[in-house]
Amino acid sequence: MSKSPEVEHRRKAFGWAARDTSGVLSPFNFSRRWNTEEEDVAFKVLFCGICHSDLHSIKNEWGFAKYPMVPGHEIVGIVTEVGNKVSKFKVGDKVGVGCMVGACHSCSSCSSDLENYCPKMVFTYGGTYYDGTPTYGGYSDSMVANERYVVKMPESIPLDASAPLLCAGITVYSPLKHFGLDKPGMHIGVVGLGGLGHVAVKFAKAFGAEVTVISTSPAKQKEAIEHLGADSFLVSRNPEQMQAAMGTLDGIIDTVSAQHPLLPLLALLKSQGKIVMVGAPDRPLELPVFPLLMGRKIIAGSCIGGMKETQEMIDFAGKHNITADIEVISMDYVNTAMERLAKADVRYRFVIDVGNTLNKA
Amino acid sequence: MPSSMENGEDDVTLKILYCGVCHSDLHSVKNGWGGAKYPLVPGHEIVGVVTKVGSSVKKFKVGDHVGVGVIVGSCTNCENCKQDLENYCPKMILTYGSTDHDGTMTYGGYSDIMVAHQNFVLKFPDNLPLDAGAPLLCAGITVYSPMKYYGMTEAGKHLGVVGLGGLGHVAVKIGKAFGLKVTVISTSPKKEKEAIEKLGADSFLVSRDPEKMKAALGTIDYIVDTVSAVHPLDPLLGLLKTNGKLVQVGLPEKPLELPIFPLALGRKLVGGSNIGGLKETQEMLDFCAKHNIVADIELIKMDYINTAMERLSKADVHYRFVIDVANSSL
Repeated sequence: MSKSPEVEHRRKAFGWAARDTSGVLSPFNFSRRWNTEEEDVAFKVLFCGICHSDLHSIKNEWGFAKYPMVPGHEIVGIVTEVGNKVSKFKVGDKVGVGCMVGACHSCSSCSSDLENYCPKMVFTYGGTYYDGTPTYGGYSDSMVANERYVVKMPESIPLDASAPLLCAGITVYSPLKHFGLDKPGMHIGVVGLGGLGHVAVKFAKAFGAEVTVISTSPAKQKEAIEHLGADSFLVSRNPEQMQAAMGTLDGIIDTVSAQHPLLPLLALLKSQGKIVMVGAPDRPLELPVFPLLMGRKIIAGSCIGGMKETQEMIDFAGKHNITADIEVISMDYVNTAMERLAKADVRYRFVIDVGNTLNKA
Repeated sequence: MPSSMENGEDDVTLKILYCGVCHSDLHSVKNGWGGAKYPLVPGHEIVGVVTKVGSSVKKFKVGDHVGVGVIVGSCTNCENCKQDLENYCPKMILTYGSTDHDGTMTYGGYSDIMVAHQNFVLKFPDNLPLDAGAPLLCAGITVYSPMKYYGMTEAGKHLGVVGLGGLGHVAVKIGKAFGLKVTVISTSPKKEKEAIEKLGADSFLVSRDPEKMKAALGTIDYIVDTVSAVHPLDPLLGLLKTNGKLVQVGLPEKPLELPIFPLALGRKLVGGSNIGGLKETQEMLDFCAKHNIVADIELIKMDYINTAMERLSKADVHYRFVIDVANSSL
């Protein structure tokens, strides 16, 4: 995207930011770019999901945090203004922005609609935009993004509960499709029942799969089966259950970001089975090679999804009534929410009611 | 002579002429993977001449040159067997160290005769030398199968081969036959000359040279990793382009460390592969016959075998020992 020869306007914005590695969020005045000659879409933020990545980021757990940081990449709202070259959106539209707001648009990934794998991909928050300014996320009153990075939200599903699809949704939808784990009748395992995991169960069921949740917490079983629609539940610390389920799964979506053993998960896969890592453990995992070879199994990684498939995922969710299970909170509850999230004490995503509770300082 | 030496109606008896020394033989004799049953007669890269066929055998006749590889039996009715993937059958019977259908132990090719079911015997191509072709029966299929399965055959793409030993050197030749650009990745700078001039590799990366490795980041489409020692995967994953694939065909005795971030950030994958089914092994032999691909071997007599094993453990061979069984006094 070439820089406009005109001076870029900035407009005031207000949100909550983390100032340091404590991760404590507090009110923050800043500005966003606005240039009416471009393809930008501006919208009033109504809701923003709290992704576990937000927690990792505000505490600088991955090492590249820039403060002050306004997190939030599961952002939904209503369009307030569109740039002159915008063709896909108009004022009043319900829209969303996920994890990215820019990329190079000329590499082979971008040409395949995989902006998420572009080496110059710009993150929605904590990144640097083409004009050198820092990017700020959705824990704020407004959002501005190039229309390529905006998706149309469906009318058929509630806006607050669909916000988490913009990160959690695409993060599990993309690998289910890409690795061919979306065929009806397949037996899919989901490891970890949190923000990503519970949405993975819903998508896999919508694809016609038999779904088994694999978790360390027996307490989650009832809800997994009765509420989320999983077909069965395996307690990973129960060796008998795990043994009985060996060689039964076509694929596994592993959402766990903590260190955990791969050997028992590889054993659950059938021959030629695939396990896709969408959680982000920050240290390497042990990979036992014998089972990988003896069953011609695959372990792969996946990171969010491109914009085209994000829209496809949202449309699919709208058609199949898939939303996240959420706990709506007010902006000033966010620090408590982060503490609870660190203890996985949420069923299964917090969503900030930005529109109603973000008050100017 | 064990009862399994009798020739049943579906069986083929072969006089063994040559047998390759596979690194698996070394791992097995030293019980490196556990579960070894002694006495153990290794050898699963066997080439010989048919001396007897059972009454139901139509595919082979006395005098034919044949090969036997890593497997001599399977269940024949599981999902894998039905797809010609006997190598993934849970009841697969290995050429040596396994329990045969009749309860007896299987013995491999470091011996004078072998009896095998016709479905596990391969037709050896007429135009390939018997001795240099023997290693194809394990090394050849071990790299050919994953290259096909993981789609590593698109002409013009860039293949990395990690480790230049028995498996690695055959992978270079097969990669070139598929029209790929081939880079050898090795810890030994000394192997570069031969890799390029003799084996036909296009380039050579010393994996312990951080500058060279850095310059090659994100340049390789596929990697075949033949190394059976524990080694770091992180630098190899870094070499792969987005959507790149690394297939592990070596069998380290301990787990490898797998960093997840590079996998996820580039949608890369690590897959395993273990030899190949019989149908595919025949296909591989015919492919090698067409492209004139054989192993680079050092022919030895049987009484040299223990020295050969010592040298093999130090990777001191270019690139496979083959035992001249028929001309050895056993």
